[in-house]
Amino acid sequence: MATRLKDADVVIIGLGAAGGVAALPLAQAGLDVIGLEAGTWLTRRDFAPDELRNNFRGWPQAVQKANQEIPTSRATASSPTGPRGNIHPMQNAVGGTTLHYWAQSWRLNPWDFKVVSETKRRYGAARIPKGSTVEDWPFGYEELEPYYDKIEYEVGVSGQAGNINGTIDPRGNPFEAPRKRAYPMPPLRGTAFIDKMAAAAKNLGWHPFPGPAAVNSRSYQNRSGCMYHGFCNRGGCHVDAKNSTAVTTIPRAQATGHLKVVTRAHVTTIEVDKNGKMTGVNYVTDGVEYFQPAKVVLLASFTYENTRLLLLSKSPAFPNGLSNNHKQVGRHYFSHHQGAPVSALFPFNLDSWYGLPAQGVAVDNWADDNFDHAALDFIGGANLWAMSDKRPITAAGMSTFGRVPGWGSQWKAFIKENADRSHSSYIQKTTLPYEDNFLDLDPVVKDPLGYPVCRVTAEFKENERKIAAFSQDKMEQWYREAGAIAVQRAPVGGAMGVSTHAYGGTRMGDNAETNVVDRFGFSHEVPNLGVLGASVMGTSGARNPTLTAQALAWRTAEHLVKNWKKVSTA
Amino acid sequence: MTFISRRDLLRRAAVVGASAAATTGARAFQASDTERSAESLALHDHVMAAAREPLENLTAAEADLLEAIVARLIPTDANGPGATEARAAHYIDRALGGALASSRQTYTSGLAALDRYSRSSRGKAFTELSATDQDSVLIDVETGAATGFTGSSAAFFALVLNHTHQGTFGDPYYGGNANFIGWDLIGYPGIRTMVTAADQKSLEAHTLKANHKSAYDYESFTKATARLSRRNPDEREA
Repeated sequence: MATRLKDADVVIIGLGAAGGVAALPLAQAGLDVIGLEAGTWLTRRDFAPDELRNNFRGWPQAVQKANQEIPTSRATASSPTGPRGNIHPMQNAVGGTTLHYWAQSWRLNPWDFKVVSETKRRYGAARIPKGSTVEDWPFGYEELEPYYDKIEYEVGVSGQAGNINGTIDPRGNPFEAPRKRAYPMPPLRGTAFIDKMAAAAKNLGWHPFPGPAAVNSRSYQNRSGCMYHGFCNRGGCHVDAKNSTAVTTIPRAQATGHLKVVTRAHVTTIEVDKNGKMTGVNYVTDGVEYFQPAKVVLLASFTYENTRLLLLSKSPAFPNGLSNNHKQVGRHYFSHHQGAPVSALFPFNLDSWYGLPAQGVAVDNWADDNFDHAALDFIGGANLWAMSDKRPITAAGMSTFGRVPGWGSQWKAFIKENADRSHSSYIQKTTLPYEDNFLDLDPVVKDPLGYPVCRVTAEFKENERKIAAFSQDKMEQWYREAGAIAVQRAPVGGAMGVSTHAYGGTRMGDNAETNVVDRFGFSHEVPNLGVLGASVMGTSGARNPTLTAQALAWRTAEHLVKNWKKVSTA
Repeated sequence: MTFISRRDLLRRAAVVGASAAATTGARAFQASDTERSAESLALHDHVMAAAREPLENLTAAEADLLEAIVARLIPTDANGPGATEARAAHYIDRALGGALASSRQTYTSGLAALDRYSRSSRGKAFTELSATDQDSVLIDVETGAATGFTGSSAAFFALVLNHTHQGTFGDPYYGGNANFIGWDLIGYPGIRTMVTAADQKSLEAHTLKANHKSAYDYESFTKATARLSRRNPDEREA
């Protein structure tokens, strides 16, 4: 029998990128918030510049819940389940994956909110890919702009504005949607190679610019600027210059006295009464079961776990899982980690040992609808990103570009010369949701508590494969212009697999028949249950989801504060 | 200060590794630079230390075979020391009792299969073959052409190659990359906790000196400062 704990106003499940942000406006409004986090606190001393531990061993110092619940995946409902990874891309800890993420903090392009109506308007309805379930968002970019601004300043984002209230700044992204003001910090510094890539893009007539990063380019909020030591990729920051929620919004929420952080709380199910009203959350710590009653729950446990927790929370009122009487939980899943990178070999050193994945040069000319698709056979596009990120073991594992074998004396001579001469691009592409790409519970594989893990059934479709091939052409062109002597492309398409950029499963929209949550992030079926994270996003854009997920989280929390009585007693 | 720095210990370990390898017949890198010669003056002490170093997880025969394999993957040659001197096999042996424990059984069966295949196809134990013949066996294993493996020999090869990279290019704390051999080979300028814009410019001008340090040479990442930590994270749970 679970121990019944004292009532709370709001319980947030998961104190990561989204939950860690939502806690702040709620606590500031005086609501009593309990943050249930599966992981523990991790602090500077945990963040050694250690490639083996960070990049190869899955952070053994952290709680291993996610690593024990890695989703299974298959391309289609009739294809076999693929090999299961042994490291989940996401992290259990206070701050979640913001502790070790790349921290690229992009706003979406206005087109991403209106893919259906804009495509119809510009190219005709026939250009919406067959089988896609894409919808316009229930609001446009303008609605989210104040929340993007809020997060950029509360969390701290460095970058170069390209469009302030319609005035274009050529140092920034000319395709950027209008913003009210500049970033709170200038962009991260460049390197000789980044400058070379920027010059090459300009030679091609493109518009290169430094990308936005939730990393301090100078001291901000009494925390240090970035040390550029080269271990940011899946590494935590030893000087707290990476603006994880663990060092920004969460401690600020705690300081109000209204956020209680409960670590090592492994949430198993969300409870409802016989009328279908959400009553609280069940969790386990060290085998002991607790029931935490709450007036409102915000589910913020990342896309796979958001879907899984809802599907596991069955009751007479919700026999198919919580908030799933319309059978929409798990639908409209997609990720834009198609891979398909392009790698290049240069005849000179890139001097890229000291840097971070958020330090680099971007090109948006081929993203979203920034270019005319009339004569093309796909919609959407890709953001091209050339970053400064290299570590020794990874460098030794570089492609040999077909020039030498993968080991032995010839290989050794090759890496001695070329370990710092290869570069791999990061190309993020539009991905749309489709009828037959979805998440559900695996019928066989279970976690250590005996609950089924999440199962991904998804593949990249024709539109996505065409974007990939198109963007590889552009990336190769860019590399060649910068002096590359060899260029190699990874295959396009295939199964989607498990991703850090996983969207959908609890999509946001006005239509309860096709969406799980309403325009403010609250369940159509369970009004005192909100959902946070990229799982509510209906389109990906061509960029990292975190800033958008955080802006939406703040907006959901603000809506809750303004409508507390209505939502909590619904 | 009387303690011996980790760097010195690792240097010593590298020398021991090289001398031990020489006595077992494997090709050892002939240290010619003055730094190594100076260190070899204290070789007697190091040999005493080596006598106390156990094989933690592999059998002696498995360890000899693994040493012979990694010596071909990253050979000691005109481009300097390789996996032997970096002590990649030592790294793997140690890690098989910890972070790589799930691979222990794969090594048992894979190493046995590789030696069986060597004997059946080349008529000799792998360790007794010439370097050229060892390479030809390894090519069969790499391409999946070798028979007698549980599952694919290519998967076993890829696993050993990956672990050899870890043991050659990983942080020396874990028992490989001795004397920073792997990092020097690829020109990695070393672990720093701060890289200023001026440091980056020096790197680009080829004037930045390699920093031979493990992450755990920095006290900020070790247990040593735990008692000095002003804030216990658990106290933050209001």
